[in-house]
Amino acid sequence: MTQALAHVRAHHAACTRSTTTVARAQPHPARGSPTLCASHTPRLESSAAPNPQPNPRRRAVRGQAMDLRRPPRSSSGGVEPKIRQVGFFTPEASAPSEPLPPAAAAVPAPTAQQRPAAGSPPAADDLSTGRLSPVMIPPPRHADHLAPGPPSPAAADVVLATSAPVRSSPRLDVASEIGDDDSWSRAPSAVELEENKHGLAEVRNEGAPASIPQKQKTSKAERRAIQEAQRAAKAAAKEADKSGKSAGAAMSKQAKPAKTAQKKDVPQAASTVASEKKATERPPERERKLDAPHPRMQFDDVHKVEKAKKRAVVNQSEARNRVELFRHLPQYVHGTQLPDLESKFFQLEPMHPSVYKVGLQYLSGEVSGGNGRCIAMLLAFREAIKDYTTPPNKTLSRDLTAKISSYVSFLIECRPLSISMGNAIRFLKSRIAKLPHALSESEAKTSLQSDIDRFINEKIVLADKAIVSHAITKVRDNDVLLTYGSSSVVEMILDYAHELGRNFRVVVVDSRPKLEGQALLRRLVAKGITCTYIHIYAISYIMHEVTRVLLGASSILSNGTVYSRVGTASVAMVAHAFGVPVLVCCEAYKFHERVQLDSICANELGDPDVILKIPGKAEDHLKNWADNANLQLLNLTYDATPPDYVSMIITDYGMLPPTSVPVIVREYRKEQLWI
Amino acid sequence: MALAAVIRSSRATTMMELEIELKKASDKLKVDSPDDFTCSAAPSFPVAVSWDATSISLSAACDLFMRFVTRTSHLEHEKFDAAKSRLIERGEKFGEISLKARKTIAMLSQDFIHDGCTILVHGYSRVVLEVLKLAASNRKLFRVLCTEGRPDRTGLRMSNELAALGIPVKVLIDSAVAYSMDEVDMVFVGADGVVESGGIINMMGTYQIALVAHSMNKPVYVAAESYKFARLYPLDQKDMTPAHRPIDFGVPVPTGVEVETSARDYTPPQYLTLLLTDLGVLTPSVVSDELIQLYL
Repeated sequence: MTQALAHVRAHHAACTRSTTTVARAQPHPARGSPTLCASHTPRLESSAAPNPQPNPRRRAVRGQAMDLRRPPRSSSGGVEPKIRQVGFFTPEASAPSEPLPPAAAAVPAPTAQQRPAAGSPPAADDLSTGRLSPVMIPPPRHADHLAPGPPSPAAADVVLATSAPVRSSPRLDVASEIGDDDSWSRAPSAVELEENKHGLAEVRNEGAPASIPQKQKTSKAERRAIQEAQRAAKAAAKEADKSGKSAGAAMSKQAKPAKTAQKKDVPQAASTVASEKKATERPPERERKLDAPHPRMQFDDVHKVEKAKKRAVVNQSEARNRVELFRHLPQYVHGTQLPDLESKFFQLEPMHPSVYKVGLQYLSGEVSGGNGRCIAMLLAFREAIKDYTTPPNKTLSRDLTAKISSYVSFLIECRPLSISMGNAIRFLKSRIAKLPHALSESEAKTSLQSDIDRFINEKIVLADKAIVSHAITKVRDNDVLLTYGSSSVVEMILDYAHELGRNFRVVVVDSRPKLEGQALLRRLVAKGITCTYIHIYAISYIMHEVTRVLLGASSILSNGTVYSRVGTASVAMVAHAFGVPVLVCCEAYKFHERVQLDSICANELGDPDVILKIPGKAEDHLKNWADNANLQLLNLTYDATPPDYVSMIITDYGMLPPTSVPVIVREYRKEQLWI
Repeated sequence: MALAAVIRSSRATTMMELEIELKKASDKLKVDSPDDFTCSAAPSFPVAVSWDATSISLSAACDLFMRFVTRTSHLEHEKFDAAKSRLIERGEKFGEISLKARKTIAMLSQDFIHDGCTILVHGYSRVVLEVLKLAASNRKLFRVLCTEGRPDRTGLRMSNELAALGIPVKVLIDSAVAYSMDEVDMVFVGADGVVESGGIINMMGTYQIALVAHSMNKPVYVAAESYKFARLYPLDQKDMTPAHRPIDFGVPVPTGVEVETSARDYTPPQYLTLLLTDLGVLTPSVVSDELIQLYL
């Protein structure tokens, strides 16, 4: 319900702001939100540049705003199901429907007060008028109020910022702007904090291209503003949010900044630390979530300010022309981060240099592979711990945990964490938390360093040895082993089998754009192993010759799903169709209790430009693909292999069927307690 | 039990020595041919008596015995003699448990046999025999189709015993399984060994029957004691230690003709419905869990 109110307020804010910002010919009644909306709409429409975003979002926002005084009806908190277009659609279709929204919006506007479902009819109308979308699904819980183009974002910001005060209980998008503007001018409440964040998120989100130049200019001020706001608000944030409705106080405060908000609106619109399209989230839910284990951030939906704060380190701009289906995953324009980070190397004193170095290595792709990344990260943390000194009046465990968290956020900005890294971080944090209080600082530090060394040694190095010893029993003479990509464990198995003198040959399957198999091929051939090299397109051609398939994994999930490099699922499927046993080799520390049913809900998006560059081809047909609104490029990094295709999983605990992964996860957690 | 006898007769003075002796004895058991073994072993050793060359269950049982016994040794007793007598106790208890296992399994299986059902059995398994015996004594009305079970001719032996119990029996040649499958309600087999994936290793022909039953949606129940759970994981039929049995065709085999004499096959877990064990009625995926808990 707070969502509804939030959106309503956002809308009101927008309306009032619109009236204040621009000399409006249309008079607006004091509380007539519909009229405000109506007056607002034409401005939005007129100022909207070619708008890649679908309109129903804005309309939905307006609809929600009209619900202002209505009690929430549904179990979802009174949120109208927002239609969001998912899948592949042509954004141009939205253009012809541009003229419709004003009319559509204006019509329900007057009647909004009476009709709760005001939001949906306009959307429905618009959709019925022929805007196509192959897939329309109601977005999960959040209101969409993104406005895509830079001009419209400004307008949208206005909408959001000037929220007519109704209730201050956590409304996100609403007074973000307002909150942000005045956050340091008055004691910010949690609400403002939320709004602040969301406002920034909004701002960031709007129009990536146009806002980039302005972003550079105002980023510093922006960052300072955010930091001050958040620092001040952070303490009160939780209580305010938890208490729920701090109606009066916040509202009055909201009203005040309404006037000043719009002044800052323009710079705010321009300043986007990280531009992303998203809907706003509800603070109360966020508060609840703080107790629960932190879910993965959904980048289409997010309280961006939190990221903005961390993102102070890396300036990222959102990529253009994103695939709709993967909008919940982060994607930034590659190539802008590395030079920026490199230039900042000597300025970032809160960041330890070895962590910084590892971050750069991730960004450039120098360090890749689950084990490699995890070891690099742990060694960097080890260095950081070695150089760490506890600030006065702070406990080592808490401060160090906070520092590690900040390092982790930085690393996430460079490249999203792999599951193995997440598990390692969890291990480290639990070790820090378990430090006896009586330990002196140096003892604690050495203990942590030895823990890290032990983790690397036991969970990675020795685990690999155990896996090799189990797997070698499955490699017989005259075997033809197929492997995909480059997995460190599989390479170890092949090396060991070759050392033992087994007579076998290897088929290395590779795929664009990473072509990781080439390095593996080079190393195997150098050792004298007979190899065949194919690209993944020929997998069904070669499979009849193969006797065993050996695959590595980034992680194995609780239902036996193997989460590995994109292409693994195809290899496993073809092997299964040919009746070839598939052996997945994975260390136990990479297992995770999560369950994933497809490759979409969690993945990593790589740089789409890499797909374009075909070595040996002079012409670049897709040079300006980003300008073409009909074209979206997708470069996935991982995929999920269903457990039916996997015959056996080889871990340091032994050989198991895919159904036994939860047992290993359980045993592994228990073992952690003993460490 | 042979291994219990080993403990009894051992003259080791430390735990480590005793363990080493036990290990040696158990390895010897696994290696020796079953015939030799049945002569030398105590008759109460459950696996030894099976004439199906069940070396898998034998080695599994030995491993489990070692595990069972050595688990206690670390925990208690400084005095070696007291420990040794405890080990002997536990060894004999292991034997008892194994014998009792069959009764537990028979009791658990009663719910699966209803009046008027037709059961297909394959191979001579004392566990399955126990199950059917108990069902007959409970006055259930059912009939049994028994495969011939070449080359061991186990089918005739099984049908003999069943007829003695008054159960209506029909013998089929191995090739007639698919032909008769639609009148069958369920398939009961024993197991030489239950492997980590949840599949079973059993007499040659089990895989075939399981495939036919699966394709016709008939349940396949495996009756196996828990000591038969082995830490093996065959990927295909050839991935096991070979066991051969000469086949008597009645006429000499022509020259230049090879004969497949393997005595065992591996049935993957997706063709098995349930495992009836003394640990309870389990699905095939639970075997791995049990093994992990036992061996980790």
